[in-house]
Amino acid sequence: MDGIHDMGGMHGFGKVEPEPNEPVFHSEWEARCLALNRAMGYAGIWTIDQTRAGIEELPPDLYLSSSYYKKWALRLENLVIERGLADADEIAAGHALRPGKTLKRKLAAVDVPNTISRGSYARPARAPARFKAGDRVRTKNIHPVTHTRLPRYARDKVGVIEALRGCHVYPDTAALGQGDDPQWLYTVVFDGRELWGESAEPSLKVSIEAFEPYLEPA
Amino acid sequence: MQLRVRALETVLGEKGYFDPAAIDALIQAYETKVGPHIGARVVAKAWSDPVFKQALIADATKAVLNMGALNRVGDHLIAVENTPKQHNMIVCTLCSCYPWEVLGLPPVWYKSAPYRSRAVNDPRGVLKDFGVTLAPGTDIRVWDSTAETRFIVLPMRPAGTEGWSEEKLAALVTRDSMIGTGLPKDPKAAA
Repeated sequence: MDGIHDMGGMHGFGKVEPEPNEPVFHSEWEARCLALNRAMGYAGIWTIDQTRAGIEELPPDLYLSSSYYKKWALRLENLVIERGLADADEIAAGHALRPGKTLKRKLAAVDVPNTISRGSYARPARAPARFKAGDRVRTKNIHPVTHTRLPRYARDKVGVIEALRGCHVYPDTAALGQGDDPQWLYTVVFDGRELWGESAEPSLKVSIEAFEPYLEPA
Repeated sequence: MQLRVRALETVLGEKGYFDPAAIDALIQAYETKVGPHIGARVVAKAWSDPVFKQALIADATKAVLNMGALNRVGDHLIAVENTPKQHNMIVCTLCSCYPWEVLGLPPVWYKSAPYRSRAVNDPRGVLKDFGVTLAPGTDIRVWDSTAETRFIVLPMRPAGTEGWSEEKLAALVTRDSMIGTGLPKDPKAAA
C-alpha cells in the first residue's frame, strides 16, 4: 500500500539524531512488548508479512506519532482481536474473561535460545530465474492497496540486476494469508539520477531487494 | 503504555498462549546475548584472516555459522565491503529490517523517519549528522533491505593496527561502522 511507512526519499523529517550509549530498551514495557510479539509470533498464527502489514495499516497520524514499540503493541492488540485470540473487553479488563484457543505451538522458556534467530524464508524454485546478473530491468509501476515490498521511490525505474538471492516467500502474497508463493529475489541497483533526477549526487548508487514479479526487462 | 502492555501480557498469558517464563527469557536474551559484539568479532576476524574474509563476502551466513559466533543465522546474511572507492550504508526504508543476529536490536535512529527517508537520497547528509566525512573520491552505495536478506558492512581496517589481535581489533568495531553510518574507532585513541 502507498502508506506513510514507505518513507524513502521523503522530505521534512529533519536530522538523524543518534543517541550516545543508547540502551537496548528505553523502558520495561518496550522489552515486554518485543518479547510478547516474539512469543505470539512463535505460535505460527500469522506470518512476518502479515505483522508488517499490521504496522502499515495503522492510521498515518498514529504511525507518525507512536514510538516503534508502541506501534508493535497496537499492532499486536489488533492482531489478537482480529484473529479471535482475545477480545477488546478482556484487554480493557486486564484479565482473560474466556478460555483461550488451542494454538499450533506454544513458546516455552527452554525453547527461547533457539528462537532468537530468524526463520528461513528461502523456498525451492518452481521455475528458472527470468533474469541474470547484468540484465537491465525496469521496475513495474504498481500501486497495490495491500502489502508490497517495492518502495514507491523505486517504481518505474531502470536498474541493473546485480545478484540473484535465491527463491523466497513472496511478501505480497504471504501478507494476504495466501501461502508462500515463492519468487526469485534479486538485488537491483539504480543510479542516483535515475531515482532522484539531476539533483542527485552523481556517483550515488542505491539498491533494493526486488522480487521477480516487480520486474520486467528494460 | 506500561499498563496497556501489561494488560495484553496478562490476558494472553492467562489464555495459555505462551509460557510466562518465556517472556523473561526472551528479554534476557535480547538484553545480554545478542548485540553488536557478535558483528565486531566477525569483522575483526575478516580483518585478520584473508581466507575467512573471502568466505564472508562469498556467503556471510555460512561463514558466520562456521566461526561459531552463533547457534544459527537467519537466511541470507550478506556482508558488503567498504573500500577506498566505495562506502556502503544499510537502511530499511519500509520498516526496520536489520541483522539482529549479528548486531542485536536496532537503535531508535535506525527505525526513525529521518534516517529511513534520507538515507536513500541524501546519504552524505546523513553521514554529516553522525559527524562522518568520507575521504574525497569515495562513492556511496546504499542498500535498502526490502526483503529477508540482511546486510552487514565490513568497514576498512584502520591503519596502524598491524599485528593487533582479533580481540583488540574487535574493540575498534562500532555498531555504526557495521551499518555504514560510522567508521571504526581511531586505534590511537583506543590503544
